[in-house]
Amino acid sequence: MEPMGCLAPSELSVKDLPWQIHWSKDKCTLCGHCTAVCPVRAIELGVHRKRALTVPLNLGEKPGNLFSVFHGIDQRTDPAHACVGCGMCTLVCPNGAIIPVHTDEIDKLRFHVNVNGEARRRGGRRNSSDSLLDKIKFVRISMLTDPALDAGRHEFELRTLLGRVLPPEEMLRVSRENGWMPPVREIYPLIIGGMSFGALSPSMWEGLQLGVSYLNEEMNMPVRISTGEGGCPPRLLKSRFLQYVILQIASGYFGWDEIIHNLPLMKEDPCAIEIKYGQGAKPGDGGLLMWYKVNKLIAAIRGVPQGINLPSPPTHQTKYSIEEAVAKMIQSMSMAWGFRVPVYPKISATSTAMAVLNNLTRNPYAAGLAIDGEDGGTGAAYHVSMNSMGHPIASNLRDAYLTLVKIGKQNELPLLAGGGFGKNGNLAANAAALIMLGASGVQTGKYIMQAAAGCLGSESDRCNICNIGLCPKGITSQDPRLDRRLDPEKVAQRLVDVFLSFDTELKKIVAPLGRSTSLPIGMSDALGIADADAAKRLNINYVL
Amino acid sequence: MCRLFAVTSNEPLSPMVAIRALDVMKEGHDGSGVGLFLTDLGGEFENFKQQPILSGIFSSEGIKALDRFMMDLDFMVKYKLSFRPTRPTPVGTPKRDNYVIRVYEYPADWEELSPAEIQFRLMMVQLQLRQIGEKDKSMLIFSFWPDCIMIKEVGDPLTVAGYLGLDRKELAARTILSQGRQNTNYAIDIYACHPFFLQGIATMTNGENTAFVPIRQFLMSRNFPGYIGYQSDSEVFTHILHYMHSKLGLGVEMYKHIITPLKDAELLRHPDGAWLKQLKQSCRPLIIDGPNCVIGCLPDKSLFMVQDSKKLRPGVVGGKPGVFAFSSEMCGLDAAIPERYINLDYQPMKYETVLIRKERQEIEKWNQWDALRHLN
Repeated sequence: MEPMGCLAPSELSVKDLPWQIHWSKDKCTLCGHCTAVCPVRAIELGVHRKRALTVPLNLGEKPGNLFSVFHGIDQRTDPAHACVGCGMCTLVCPNGAIIPVHTDEIDKLRFHVNVNGEARRRGGRRNSSDSLLDKIKFVRISMLTDPALDAGRHEFELRTLLGRVLPPEEMLRVSRENGWMPPVREIYPLIIGGMSFGALSPSMWEGLQLGVSYLNEEMNMPVRISTGEGGCPPRLLKSRFLQYVILQIASGYFGWDEIIHNLPLMKEDPCAIEIKYGQGAKPGDGGLLMWYKVNKLIAAIRGVPQGINLPSPPTHQTKYSIEEAVAKMIQSMSMAWGFRVPVYPKISATSTAMAVLNNLTRNPYAAGLAIDGEDGGTGAAYHVSMNSMGHPIASNLRDAYLTLVKIGKQNELPLLAGGGFGKNGNLAANAAALIMLGASGVQTGKYIMQAAAGCLGSESDRCNICNIGLCPKGITSQDPRLDRRLDPEKVAQRLVDVFLSFDTELKKIVAPLGRSTSLPIGMSDALGIADADAAKRLNINYVL
Repeated sequence: MCRLFAVTSNEPLSPMVAIRALDVMKEGHDGSGVGLFLTDLGGEFENFKQQPILSGIFSSEGIKALDRFMMDLDFMVKYKLSFRPTRPTPVGTPKRDNYVIRVYEYPADWEELSPAEIQFRLMMVQLQLRQIGEKDKSMLIFSFWPDCIMIKEVGDPLTVAGYLGLDRKELAARTILSQGRQNTNYAIDIYACHPFFLQGIATMTNGENTAFVPIRQFLMSRNFPGYIGYQSDSEVFTHILHYMHSKLGLGVEMYKHIITPLKDAELLRHPDGAWLKQLKQSCRPLIIDGPNCVIGCLPDKSLFMVQDSKKLRPGVVGGKPGVFAFSSEMCGLDAAIPERYINLDYQPMKYETVLIRKERQEIEKWNQWDALRHLN
């Protein structure tokens, strides 16, 4: 409280914050681990004076005060230092003396995180744990008329295709005439979505690349990873591991100088080129790497000065129309690799997605379409973009698939779906639902961060400070002191765990449906939901 | 699980041969339907090899509508075989007015048309009639094609055959496909009765097609009017074969490569692996997952049998030069051709296609691992 009894409008109490630190004086040894580890310095050593009233039993002595001092934790309440709930203090406390607890009502902080008129920016995802995909069940179980398969013992071919697949008549003609056959990659249907070098720390990136290489070369799983918009370290560009990488180009073209310069030195073609036009988490908004994270290494790879904000424009500035943006860019990229590499655009889920899709169906070089739903994650975006902009993935994907079915091109143009599947931990079930709704493959980033690196983010606005480079786990930080918390080899090991368990779960879903010889893309008769409107909208079974 | 029986013989046979074979396999079907496809016809139909034959079931109103429709198109009836059963209908069999098999003379203005155009128009006539009949249930149309007859009805095969009097001498064929139906997950519908027919191609299937919906979507989006129906998930097997044969111009040895392509690792070791891989990718939505045994008849009257690649359904082929049969069970084969040398009976497995050509001399076997003739 200010002198004269005034209160500043943004003066908050601990109660007004989303997270309150519960601290136990009895257990605390004042070691200082928690205050040191707190990424936003929400807690600090507090010196507290305590007064005890002493009342002697005999009448001769007068009552008096006994003053003592004790040391403990103070929680700061200004918006810049409000606790983000990451729980690192709990993690490091040797005595279990401290824990952040979520407030029991809507916090007041949200009305004040716009100091100096700057709207809130953060990392993370839409703050909603609601998931339509979680409500979808697999209802077509093979019973007596058709034996279910054994997920543990039968062989499964669960690969998918990325690339323009010619219709059978055309394939036969091209083959007869020895013509150009568009490149098609056979890949694992779970793809690691675009998270850039820069958004992620070097340790995280290295860990993911290590894990992907291991999965490919030791486990015979053709897993692919998108670079996101931030270029690719030259050492990787020149290695054989490039074949496992999908190079992403987006509106900032960050890192593409380096990629173009390295073209003659590449031993392998990349898996594919992804042209990012939109991102589900912040549709219609460009990428954003805030200055905190643009250090020397990132600046070198991206070809920019150090320490500046790197916002990508919301659209590709050199392109005027959809025809140009899509056709020219796809063709240029195809040409750069001699038409040997599939090139596909990635867009945010939107009610205008069908226009893009229709355009792609008429472009013989378009190798697919990735659609990213509103529940996708991001390293940095405006809070309002994340929370309120975008289109759910399920109906957008379904519309896209049924549009392709209508024109008979459902096998020609693979759809990749992403954005929020696995948000509540049900990665395989959500992925299988998307595949049966019509996706050829699915892209995930957030789940990988959570499972392979221990990201603390959640739909309850926990942590979500990826944007300012203070990631307490070292996943999205460029500060070497934080980055070194993450051991790349352990990330790789966890990534392999994630894919192996996903594979088992996927088999546990398709085996009872009687499917094993091909990925059940569009097998919508297997899906059911206890929501009549959703069932009607998605054209799947309504079950109760 | 349904029971299937197909026979091909140099001498025309009564359809009762197939019906009796189905009857010995009675434990495997529940009387929810019987279907017959007769081709390479004998009997009275021997004289009408080139003219299209319409097969179907008609109400009295339906017959009148049929006459009007066909006369408008300038089709003239040349020969007919109608059953109007007077006996009480067997239990489970609906009362019908007319079972019709009619041979038509082509309209005069079709004479100059190419064979492909005639085949297309015949299919369209069949589809139009089916559409007319679906409105008021006055017509059920099974085929309209030269040298082909189809009979379908709900009920136990032997009982229905007796009721319709299928042992009549006018009715004989060298190649017969028959199915005793075990209704599974779809409602009893006579259009769900196998065999299925499209432009000279007929197939019947044992088992359930788990990949039905994506396959149906793919076929229906080929923009070919004949790819409709799908009251049974097995109808797609006929249409896949038709698509492969008529649209892609591929031989029957490629059928397995389309419905059950070799695995990626296997294709690496196949002499034509690179080409087959491209075909597999292009035809990916046609991949089945079984369990299915498919028996079919091609326009050249050869018979074939294939299995899915994992689950398999019972299917055996046996016989002797001049007569061969395909059967779901050995006992069906024993009933039809008891005097064959049973050591030559053959049960195709996951990579194989067996074929009896029109000459009916031997069981030809193809393996998916074989080099492809048309490429080598």
